[in-house]
Amino acid sequence: MFELIAFYTISVLTIGLFLVTVLSKNVLYAMTALAAGMSLISGYFFMLGADFLGVVQLIVYVGAVMALYAFGMMFFDVTRDIKEKNTNGAVVFIIAGSVAVMLTMIFSMPLGINSIMTLVQPEVNATNPEAVGLVLFTKYLVPFEVAAVMLLVAMIGGIILAGKKMDDSLTSTEDDKIIDTEGL
Amino acid sequence: MIGLNHYLVLSGLLFAIGLVGVLRRKNLLMLFFATEIILNAANVAFAAISHYYNDLSGQMFAFFIIAVAASEVAIGLGLLILLYKKHGTLNLDDLASMKG
Repeated sequence: MFELIAFYTISVLTIGLFLVTVLSKNVLYAMTALAAGMSLISGYFFMLGADFLGVVQLIVYVGAVMALYAFGMMFFDVTRDIKEKNTNGAVVFIIAGSVAVMLTMIFSMPLGINSIMTLVQPEVNATNPEAVGLVLFTKYLVPFEVAAVMLLVAMIGGIILAGKKMDDSLTSTEDDKIIDTEGL
Repeated sequence: MIGLNHYLVLSGLLFAIGLVGVLRRKNLLMLFFATEIILNAANVAFAAISHYYNDLSGQMFAFFIIAVAASEVAIGLGLLILLYKKHGTLNLDDLASMKG
């Protein structure tokens, strides 16, 4: 009963917040709504018994990714509303709506249900983080290491891309532009 | 009771919202936000299937998706900052340099 209430409340909230993210004209509103939606998504993971995944979602998405976006936001002009030229918005909604209907039909298809079998059974007496650790460091060790190398590469790439020429500041170049246009 | 189908339909809805964002927005930062929504929709579906089939593989895949999303944001924001320094805008229509 409580699961029912929680599921419907959280799903209405996430759908609403993500709609705000997608449709809003202001970057700050969009980012705040995205952060709130992401933290609510971890609620699904806790309801599904995937405790460790929920905590990782909170730390990585709501903590790290959103902080990164907030830092990146300092480089962009976010006080202005975004002006976008939206050509044929109806086509977009038709495409997305038909994809949603198609996905729902695929998900509700009874095809091949009997051929699904469990690959990695969790340990019987283990809590969720324990079971995840046991599987991650035995069966998924190589992908784990590859992901570690990928994160290292991404970190170095991010530092080099954003950190190069950090000393000539963005705001001063913008000021020059303003002065130029005023001169003309 | 909440079944697997509830979660899958919800995940499909979130995916469609993200798809609307990817197709409709012209600002690169907003495109990034929409991509995050799509990745989260996939994560919800993975976690739900992992729970209802009592199989940990789904959660493992969700972990790797989160790792990929984190590195995508790190690299992507660096590229966005470079683009903004060079052109002064993140609007895709203004960034189109190859007129075809």
